[in-house]
Amino acid sequence: MSKLQNMRDAIAANVMDGDTLVIDGFTHLICFAAGHEIIRQKRRDLTAVRLTPDLVYDQMLAAGCISKLVCSWSGNPGVGSLHALRRRVEAKAEEGDRIVLDEYSHFGLLSRLLAAANGLPFWTLDNFRGSDIGRHNDNIRSVICPYTGRELATVPALHPDVAIVHCQRADSEGNAQVWGLVGSMKEVAFASRRVIVVAEEIVDSELIRRDPNRTVVPGMVVNAVVHEPWGCHPSFVQGCYDRDNRFYVEWDEVCRERASVQAWLDKWVYGVSGRSEYLELLGAERVDSLRPEARLSGEVSYGY
Amino acid sequence: MATDPGVTASAAERMAWRAASELRDHDVVFVGIGLPNLACNLASRLHAPSLNMIYESGVVGSRPERLPVSIGDPALVAGSLGIVSQADIFQCFLQGGRIAVGFLGGAQIDRWGNINTTVIGDYERPKVRLPGSGGACEIATHARRLLIIMRLNRRAFVERCDYITSPGHRVNGVSRRELGLPGGGPEKIITDHGVMTFDETGEAVLTELYPGVSVDDVRAGVGWHLRVADELKTEAEPSAEALRLMREELDPQRLFLK
Repeated sequence: MSKLQNMRDAIAANVMDGDTLVIDGFTHLICFAAGHEIIRQKRRDLTAVRLTPDLVYDQMLAAGCISKLVCSWSGNPGVGSLHALRRRVEAKAEEGDRIVLDEYSHFGLLSRLLAAANGLPFWTLDNFRGSDIGRHNDNIRSVICPYTGRELATVPALHPDVAIVHCQRADSEGNAQVWGLVGSMKEVAFASRRVIVVAEEIVDSELIRRDPNRTVVPGMVVNAVVHEPWGCHPSFVQGCYDRDNRFYVEWDEVCRERASVQAWLDKWVYGVSGRSEYLELLGAERVDSLRPEARLSGEVSYGY
Repeated sequence: MATDPGVTASAAERMAWRAASELRDHDVVFVGIGLPNLACNLASRLHAPSLNMIYESGVVGSRPERLPVSIGDPALVAGSLGIVSQADIFQCFLQGGRIAVGFLGGAQIDRWGNINTTVIGDYERPKVRLPGSGGACEIATHARRLLIIMRLNRRAFVERCDYITSPGHRVNGVSRRELGLPGGGPEKIITDHGVMTFDETGEAVLTELYPGVSVDDVRAGVGWHLRVADELKTEAEPSAEALRLMREELDPQRLFLK
């Protein structure tokens, strides 16, 4: 059964006020198009989960969608700070504007998703000894190993209400194939109650079946499939478009003041109806500059 | 290799070069972005062609053709030996004890090599909110050897970190071994004026100076009474070939060699 929907309908049906949300992707495959649609639909009071909030959550924070952030590294990768985020957590933040930060290390937050994906109430990891991370987060506790007597850290399962994952190609049932960095996509998808797969290309199931090793998220856990080419810009999709590093550098200026963020949102999010208008605004020259040369892999045989 | 007398290394180039010289061929190294990335790529071009560069984004055996801007750059992926999930990176590779060398830097460091990358000021009401741990806490926990790269500055080399993100050799008087940390802990702090190692108690000791630098120059940038080794080594200048590689091939846009 086809689960194909446009982005507007998929967000309207699956992302609710007060939800715990993950827009997945580690540098690679961050679906900004979904973030922008959530902003346009004025979702509120979201608990937003990502290892790296990245620009997409800085934008959603500035737009007022997020009231709690679950994360482990909150910077602008390769550039510096996320200032919309800093304005909401630093001492100078006004009381009504302050957001709650539920903070881990990468391994710690990933472990919360691993527990949920694997159907366990908690996950153990050999971490946090001597660090202040656990002293400031009551979710980080410990257990004694029944075999060795060794104390190990624990974190509880985290079941997001909805996950949005982006891939190079999927069929209409949501069998999602990815190459390049896979990050925590599988864990996020299996941990979540609802999953939206966004794909650069929708392909026939027969093509998926010809190369099953590439499937990272199986359609059986997917609720909606959205066809959204260039849906990750300024993040990247291996083989489709490069990371727009210039955008990440420019955001450093944009995000420093509330007014400049608002002007940016007015133009690039509220001022467009969706991704195709966003790309028109971005312009053919900028888009073309991000198109990579093909680097084809060798083919393998699944013969038996 | 002869040094070109007309070319003087910048502080960043010297740190990258000094860090590169710590890497051995076939080392499995957990590469961070910025100077560690430059140092690893420099080492692999000079004396460690089989350096196995692993990135927390999931890349194993990377051989980037351009200097990556972030640890998730697509140039790290193409031509690498393998791509794995982040669960594999943190569990199989790092927690499983497969990482020989890790790199960290930070906003604050104390004499025991504890590092703060989280907040300046109070945690709940921070004066400055920094990015936080990322993978730093687990790298500090599990890497067999940890190399720290930081510029000297009294606001950075402090008596006490406002927050310990990544544990060093001793936290509140309790040693790394007593805490049960599996990795070896900080081995060196590579600064822009010289290099510190750690004594048997886990305290940083100045052991190397760069040419033209005095002990007082180093002490001026350290907020505690820094121990100094009886005999100080003086580092050689980076070779002309190393400088050429860094300037012309590895970072021609001066992204990290600022």
